[in-house]
Amino acid sequence: MTGPGNQFHSLAKIVGETNTSAEPQALAAFAIDGHLPSVVVRPSNAEEIAEILRFCGAEKLAAIPAGGATKLRMGAAPVRYDVALVTTRLERITAYDPGDLTVSVEAGARLGEITHLLSEHRQLLPLAVPFLGQATVGGTVASGIDSPLRQLYGTVRDFLLGIEFVTGDGIHAKSGARVVKNVAGYDLHKLFIGSLGTLVVITRLNFKTFPVPEASGAFLATFASESGVLELLRKIRKSPLRGSALEVFSPTLSALFARRMAQTAPDRTLPSPWLSGSAWALAAHFGGNDRVMHRYKSELESMAGAAGANGSTLLPEDARAALWDHTREMVPLLLDESPAAMIVRVSALPNRLGDVFAAAQQSGDRHELPVAILARAAGVAYIAFLPNQSNGEIGGRLAQAARELADAAAEAQGFSFVAWCPPELKGRLSLWGKERTDLPLMRNVKQAFDPGNTLSPGRFMGGI
Amino acid sequence: MDTAILRELEGIVGRDNLLSSEDELRMYEYDGSVEIGRPDCVVFPGDKREVVEIARLSSRRGVPIVGRGAGTGLSGGALAREGGVQVVFSRMNRILSIDAESQLAVVEPGVVNLELSRAVAGLGLHFAPDPSSQKSSTIGGNVSENAGGPHTLAYGVTTNHVLGMEIVLPSGESVRIGGGAVDPTGYDLPGLLVGSEGTLALIVEITVRLTPLPETIKTLLAVFETTDDATETVAALTAGGITPAACEMLDGWTIRVVESWIHVGLPTDAAALLLIDIDGLIESAEGQAAAVAEIARRNHAREVRVARDAAEREGLWKARKNAFGAVGRIAPDCYVQDGVIPRTRLPDTLRRIAEIGRRHGFEIGNIFHAGDGNLHPLICFDGRDPAQREHALAASNEIIALCVEFGGSITGEHGVGMEKDRLMPLLFSPADLDVMKRVRSSFNPAGLLNPGKIFPGGKSCGEIRVPALAPSPQAGTAPSTGGRQAGIPSDISPGISSGTTPGTTQ
Repeated sequence: MTGPGNQFHSLAKIVGETNTSAEPQALAAFAIDGHLPSVVVRPSNAEEIAEILRFCGAEKLAAIPAGGATKLRMGAAPVRYDVALVTTRLERITAYDPGDLTVSVEAGARLGEITHLLSEHRQLLPLAVPFLGQATVGGTVASGIDSPLRQLYGTVRDFLLGIEFVTGDGIHAKSGARVVKNVAGYDLHKLFIGSLGTLVVITRLNFKTFPVPEASGAFLATFASESGVLELLRKIRKSPLRGSALEVFSPTLSALFARRMAQTAPDRTLPSPWLSGSAWALAAHFGGNDRVMHRYKSELESMAGAAGANGSTLLPEDARAALWDHTREMVPLLLDESPAAMIVRVSALPNRLGDVFAAAQQSGDRHELPVAILARAAGVAYIAFLPNQSNGEIGGRLAQAARELADAAAEAQGFSFVAWCPPELKGRLSLWGKERTDLPLMRNVKQAFDPGNTLSPGRFMGGI
Repeated sequence: MDTAILRELEGIVGRDNLLSSEDELRMYEYDGSVEIGRPDCVVFPGDKREVVEIARLSSRRGVPIVGRGAGTGLSGGALAREGGVQVVFSRMNRILSIDAESQLAVVEPGVVNLELSRAVAGLGLHFAPDPSSQKSSTIGGNVSENAGGPHTLAYGVTTNHVLGMEIVLPSGESVRIGGGAVDPTGYDLPGLLVGSEGTLALIVEITVRLTPLPETIKTLLAVFETTDDATETVAALTAGGITPAACEMLDGWTIRVVESWIHVGLPTDAAALLLIDIDGLIESAEGQAAAVAEIARRNHAREVRVARDAAEREGLWKARKNAFGAVGRIAPDCYVQDGVIPRTRLPDTLRRIAEIGRRHGFEIGNIFHAGDGNLHPLICFDGRDPAQREHALAASNEIIALCVEFGGSITGEHGVGMEKDRLMPLLFSPADLDVMKRVRSSFNPAGLLNPGKIFPGGKSCGEIRVPALAPSPQAGTAPSTGGRQAGIPSDISPGISSGTTPGTTQ
């Protein structure tokens, strides 16, 4: 093994001196839970990445891929960390065929830029994810974060057509294709969604794109209790209405959104119970022609009334856009509100969401922690515990709450994942809830892609 | 096969659920494709426990095992290429649970696709993947091959509708992957398993998503004087942001063949027609249907007809879904290709396919999922004539090479199986294939599960293989085999890849 100085020079030989850095500031930008890399490299293509990884393998160095570094807090702390492998120089949109509704992008391309390009053709990539401006597409896919738009378009696994990647031992390969239908070979790309950089470094992705609807609207209804909001959710799911997003906000989250939105949208446009912060709320986003918009409005109003809403409105455009941005950026908003926040993603059968809400509130009450919930109709709830400070005792309470949520998720035939929490908490709890019986298979998969355990060691479930 | 192994298998599944005579085995050497692979014995397990026992036996004895549903596959995915034990799931055909509120169902792999949709129709739901074989193909088979169908244009293919499953590894270990709820933790193993063509594990239970039935469906028939006008219409619809639920094209040759058999009033003098479903909210479907009609007319459609009622709509779809049976009547052999191209290349592609046909002396029919660029060129020939057979294969290979040249794929929904393993290098580099093989080995280390599939270098040789000429009278009479029998009178077994048996996935 060579020393750090030699490592630097070897890596600089691959990517160039200007794209290799060991400056404290550069290293700090890619810190993960207090762990610093010893060098940051910025390769410009897959061949360089392959060479870096072969070098790391030979030198027994651990490399962690990063894009915009907006979601590096997700996952366990690395057990080793030598090289931050930053993909932001792989930033090209290499092919865009608006007529075929497909796009091919390099992993380091910013989602904001892709969104901008597609919007010029009135198309979209349904990834309305937090930190949208900074996030890269490769990092977003590797993080497995979902988007409110899943209600209509599904998650990444539904519109990712193919991928190019470099394995942990430096093999540049691909799966899938760039056409909307294809069954040749294994869908390896599905494995990389949410893999947190533990299997491969993603270098290029092919997606389906979608037409932007003629017009968009959002309907907001408020309820004194969660039973009303769940009743409306149930009614909408049974109806022929197909919104693009269908989201439930707990009173705490409603209050936070209302407070922040007051800065951008005039209060009079929002239902007063929502502004008061005491209401459960349901937001339905939808799109289509004028007649469709009218149909949504009238049916949602009547369903909300029947479910006992104490306020409802079709949001004016500025409020709709503001609510959309806040919903998408909920994670940074919550972390801003409470830097020590723990945000747990709990999925459940859609008809068991109410049980998850109840468990979350009980945990909040029991451990004297404020709780904010955002739930999507597909059966996913983001549950945030928002302590006003961080210390060991509060950490204990958060850890206990996470365990309780894991139990509740299992009870509702679902899953829990502590997506964001203070770093010091990570050693005290299982981020992935109950241990899965297919963990040995996952270890085999890891072994197939990264036999030398070079990539992001320890960042995934079960110490993978 | 070793009688000791047969005795052990009999002990697992019972005497009535084991076949081992030559005559019986011959019924299982075919599927809906042109391939052949005869197992050494066939077993029909009744539950998971028996599947586990069979896998353990396979692993202990070093005998290959190959899963099979209804045998309607079109690429030989379920054939026992290297012999061994054929595990047929037709007895494991129970719908285990239906959760209408959460919109999902748990099924055994042998449940027939359409039977699940029928079982939940009263709840306003359906299982969205709708391969043309859906009257007989099983959900386990659909999952293994990641089956498509006409309406997958809007609803997605099988993988978009599978939430979780229980699998049995070749070692005999049974494992649950994914779940009922969305976003399971860990790597997306169900995403890997769907479409893995039975090479990673045997699937013994599947949790599928159920989809609400649309409020309304409008079926349009647009009739064109040239194929270019039809393909330009498809390109314009896609580019115009209109997503029909289905958008199927039949060219003139196919229209005439189909109409002569099905008699639903298709315009036999037309060069092409588009069959388009628009569904969703009434307000939305009406607007979209009007836009489709307008785009079709702008591209010189001579007629745009909207089905007046359910009966007319069903008639039109009957023509589409039975087209392959109709084609089978007119030629001793017919090769159904399955390739994909970007939709913007549709007009070019059809022109090039016609040229390829001319060069080889065939008129190549086209009936396909135009909306997602999934082609099904039909090459009809007489396999008894070696020259014709050679030209048919050459034309077929050229079409696939063309799909790849245009940035597409060698298969959109039929799978690689035995049929296209040799074509995989057109799309994938040796490195791509090596990484995929590593993944296979991590599930199926000894290679005993469905050997000789997907990857080039299988036991058999040849490029695209063609059917044997010797008639096999038994096939086509067994319910769980495909109906492909060259050399048999067309009214019994109409052609290679399809026929009166519901054995196609187009």
